[in-house]
Amino acid sequence: MDRQYLLGNEAIAHACLEAPVDFVSGYPGTPSSEVIDVLRSRPDRGYYIEWSVNEKVALENALAAAWCGLRALCTMKHVGLNVAADPLMTSAYTGVTGGLVIMSADDPFAHSSQNEQDSRCYAHFARVPCLDPSTIQEAHDMLIDAFALSEEFGLPVIFRPTTRICHSKGDVSLGEIVASARKGEFKKDPRQYVIIPAHTRILHKKLNEKQPAIRKRLVELGYNTCFVKGRTAVIAGGIAATYVQELIPDGISFMKIGAYPIDEAWLSDFVHKHDAVLVIEELAPEIEEQVLQVTGMVKVLGKKNGYVPYEGELSLPAVAQIMVNAGVLARNPYPAVSPVQNLPLRPPILCAGCLHRAAFYAIKRVFKDAIYPSDIGCYTLGLQLGVVDTTICMGASITVASGFAHSGEPRDIICTIGDSTFLHTGIQGLMNAVYNGADMTVVILDNRITAMTGHQPNPNTGVTACGTESPPVSLDAVCRACGVTFVETVDPYDITGMMNVLKAAQARRGVKVIIAKQQCVITARRAGVKRGRYTVDADTCTGCGTCVRFGCPAIEFVDEKARINDLCSGCAVCAQICPAGAIVREGKR
Amino acid sequence: MKRSFDILIVGIGGQGTILASNILGNACLREGRSVKGAETHGMAQRGGSVESHIRIDCLYGPLIAPGQADLLLSFDLLEALRYSHYLKEGGMMVVNRHLVLPTSVFMQNLVAPTEDSIIAVLSRFRLCLLDADQIAQEAGSPLSQNVVMLGAASHAMPLKPESVLESVKNLVPTKTIEINACAFGMGRQAAEQCSF
Repeated sequence: MDRQYLLGNEAIAHACLEAPVDFVSGYPGTPSSEVIDVLRSRPDRGYYIEWSVNEKVALENALAAAWCGLRALCTMKHVGLNVAADPLMTSAYTGVTGGLVIMSADDPFAHSSQNEQDSRCYAHFARVPCLDPSTIQEAHDMLIDAFALSEEFGLPVIFRPTTRICHSKGDVSLGEIVASARKGEFKKDPRQYVIIPAHTRILHKKLNEKQPAIRKRLVELGYNTCFVKGRTAVIAGGIAATYVQELIPDGISFMKIGAYPIDEAWLSDFVHKHDAVLVIEELAPEIEEQVLQVTGMVKVLGKKNGYVPYEGELSLPAVAQIMVNAGVLARNPYPAVSPVQNLPLRPPILCAGCLHRAAFYAIKRVFKDAIYPSDIGCYTLGLQLGVVDTTICMGASITVASGFAHSGEPRDIICTIGDSTFLHTGIQGLMNAVYNGADMTVVILDNRITAMTGHQPNPNTGVTACGTESPPVSLDAVCRACGVTFVETVDPYDITGMMNVLKAAQARRGVKVIIAKQQCVITARRAGVKRGRYTVDADTCTGCGTCVRFGCPAIEFVDEKARINDLCSGCAVCAQICPAGAIVREGKR
Repeated sequence: MKRSFDILIVGIGGQGTILASNILGNACLREGRSVKGAETHGMAQRGGSVESHIRIDCLYGPLIAPGQADLLLSFDLLEALRYSHYLKEGGMMVVNRHLVLPTSVFMQNLVAPTEDSIIAVLSRFRLCLLDADQIAQEAGSPLSQNVVMLGAASHAMPLKPESVLESVKNLVPTKTIEINACAFGMGRQAAEQCSF
């Protein structure tokens, strides 16, 4: 057995090779992306793998593979499961013949997300099993069992690691990589796969009938375990279980939940051996609500009576304090400490030379008093530049913009959306805006890649997940096909050119699309693109600060003068905006 | 209860904190020890403040509690200050004597802390200060500053320096093994003047 120090997602990817998996699809989203990134870059792939355009598309592809008897994995972040919810809910009815595992990575504390939803609730809603690992080793082991479980019950299984599993590291024992002998074959069965009302009513009943056996099986699998040691118990799930295990004193019983649905009889038996039970879990009270259903006279402490927060992520000190407040632990071994106050923040920012900063600058100059709906991607950081007024979910820049346009708002509406997000769920909104006659401008920030999640290719890039060439989508043609007549492609590094096109768009009615196209500065650097660096001529610089307010991390302001540091990538935008003409190419003048 | 040795590595996205944490994790495996870690990914990497937690001999969760780190490795002066509350009483700090001012300072016209003022505050801790940028340059590549830092911090870790060095050689790009091995040695030597 091989032991390695791996990222959670790397361990999960390795488990796929051990299972082995036959079919992989997904859409990038932090913290889930590295699973496919690891699997797609292996030279010895015995499986089909794709980055899909969105999570619904990914899940439906994987579902078909599982209907062919294959082992299929579909990965996404938790909010991706909202997009894939439609096929999820009904795939529980149709079931699968192969193994279908849906990895939906949750993000308590919303480290890189728009909300803190809990995928366990989706599993509950869809009535499919859910596995919730508490350590990287468990994540690895569970994933392999998830395929077997899916095949045993003929149901999709939701695998729900959180950020602190996906992006944690640890020593992991790995098994052998196995070659798959499975061949996909679809056996037609309309009563199973055509969900007309007459069929679906029967399938719904079958789904419900599977539940008791699933609960029993999950206890047997050993992911739900307990030890009775006294009259008080702590029940914990997910990563919270590891915090409790590190802290729990002698004489306190412990139950760990790693798999759902929980067997009620088994849970009830444990709860009734105690006088009080403390339930500790991140986000939704999934375990707690189950406990409350079986509790009788036993006192339950948890979220509902204020002991445990509904939001955010837990930590050792937080769990220690919960246990102290509940009378389970004598004192918190982690005394509160406060960070040094009033330090300048260092939030993530757009890279030096990022096309988005240039495009935002031009937008702000032309559309001075406008409403700026935006979307999900690196460019959400345009918030710092005052050009992001709304962000809600993937694709919602265009739809929110058309909603504003029809709400009597007199200001100009100009929205921004990345190429990958546009292809994910932006096109329908554009079609709708044209169809319904909105007056608005859409700027597609086209950097040819899905940058924020780690530079995954998309249909706009010209290569597949495996690096095979594919015909790049024409954004221009897509927009025109939606009925847009004003579609202009510009280079956002050419500030004057982009401002002229923006002015032309502003003067027109209807839906206008501007495609601001320039390679992501990180992929450009990796591809060997070299532009000369720029420098400030200190004698010419008036210290006006225009370039500094542009917000590029390559521009500093020292002793009342601007200075360009070695982060400069040579985009030359600052040279165009300097009113004194003090910024010049290095070595020129 | 606590039996792990907790190391927090902090810096700015792009400075190589993740490789540094991988090297330490790998060194733990060489010595047959359990290890857990956690780090910043995704959006938070874009030039922002980043942190890597490494808990040597840990069997449970990967996160270090504030006030509990045995060792803080900082690739930047300001980040050392930002995370200084993570250090336990009597914990050791190994800090690169280098300050990158956040863009927010220039954009919002904030008062920029100076290197001297930060060092004055950090001096309350057991502090080992070194110019990792300079040493990395001398070793042959400015990119090896993360390995310089590991070399310096190797005095304060419950790992054999040979294990860490072997892991360095194992994990850096093949072409740079020599430079990084040199960087490790020079970092270790530079920190000999510090009291660990």
